[in-house]
Amino acid sequence: MSLETAGDVKAEWPPYEVFVRSKRGLNHVHVGSIHAADDEMALRHARDVYTRRNEGVSIWVVPSASITASSPDEKDSFFEPSGDKIYRHPTFYDVAEDVPHM
Amino acid sequence: MTDHENAYSGLVEADSDARWAFGTGFDDPLAGIDASVPPGIDGGRLAAYCLVLGDDSLVMAQRLIQWCTRAPELEEEVALANVALDLLGQTRLLYARAAAADPSSVPALPDGSPVPAEDRLAFFRDPAEFRCVHLVELPDTDFATAIVRLFAFAAWRLALLEALEGSVDPVLAAVAAKAVKEVHYHRDYAARWLVTLAGGTDESRRRTLDAIASTWPYLDELGRADDVSSALLPSGGSADPRAVWSSTRAVLDQVLAAAGVPEPKGAPAGNGDSAGAGPGGRDGRHTEWLEPLLAEMQELARAHPAGRW
Repeated sequence: MSLETAGDVKAEWPPYEVFVRSKRGLNHVHVGSIHAADDEMALRHARDVYTRRNEGVSIWVVPSASITASSPDEKDSFFEPSGDKIYRHPTFYDVAEDVPHM
Repeated sequence: MTDHENAYSGLVEADSDARWAFGTGFDDPLAGIDASVPPGIDGGRLAAYCLVLGDDSLVMAQRLIQWCTRAPELEEEVALANVALDLLGQTRLLYARAAAADPSSVPALPDGSPVPAEDRLAFFRDPAEFRCVHLVELPDTDFATAIVRLFAFAAWRLALLEALEGSVDPVLAAVAAKAVKEVHYHRDYAARWLVTLAGGTDESRRRTLDAIASTWPYLDELGRADDVSSALLPSGGSADPRAVWSSTRAVLDQVLAAAGVPEPKGAPAGNGDSAGAGPGGRDGRHTEWLEPLLAEMQELARAHPAGRW
């Protein structure tokens, strides 16, 4: 962990977002957020808070400030147009039995 | 992933008891394990040794649990509670091993009481019957004290457990092997914080140095040969406290050096020389802090000696 000088002391640790991949899971799933002084501490806090019950085999932590999120104000223009395009769903095909994760 | 409303719940297996620290059924923790005492080992001595090890982890767990609702950050509170729960789990296995090796070590309760052996050992023994070291009894006056004490305890406990993986008692060896992974994290957690606090602000460094100065004299007891482990040592059941202390000392020195902390005054010699030392926790003599800790922990169970929990 980095050592801070007295002039550098902050009142609060910055937030991080936590992603956990379960034993059976294929992808990391966002499970919540924690606070930490640096990346390494964030990883440990995520382990302590979110994998206590044997939920995960892999953890990602990302500074919350690094996430760019879509705006609720743009919800309509962002998402409405895809609502009635049923031809974008590949539901007209038969999936072979041996193809997993579909 | 079946629950799209709650990503977190999709990670855990809904029907599995694995999400609970000890499962939901409080059955015999050694169920299905051959708990017979190996030839050449005295059951009474083995039980006494397992009680010693369990007393250390039980009292340390109880101290750490007192941080709940008081820790400086939510994340640290959960981390400390996790450590306490790990130690409590080790205690269960050690007490169950003691009870199986020597049933006479378990306090008697009224006929028909459903209280299991491990609970009787935890809740129905008086302070003088406990054999924990003084280090685990000390109250934590601030976060630095908790970190320093946990670091010293975990470094020592890890060295002890690693030695016990070679115990001739296969049950004790298996309990130690499971616990090694847990305590490895505890030591790492506390060592990181110790280095951080020692190199942080003037205030955090002052508190850390104070904590080291007040904790270090209690380490003297850890390297002493005691009657319980000495009795079991020739048969290969226990670990040699002096060898364990020697390994512990190397780790303590390494981390203190990394933290830029000078050699604490009153550091134990670590040569196992108990000449001149007064009776310690291993002799049933305790600090003034053990009795109130046990009184709080035991009160409810003792009020209901035939209770089912």
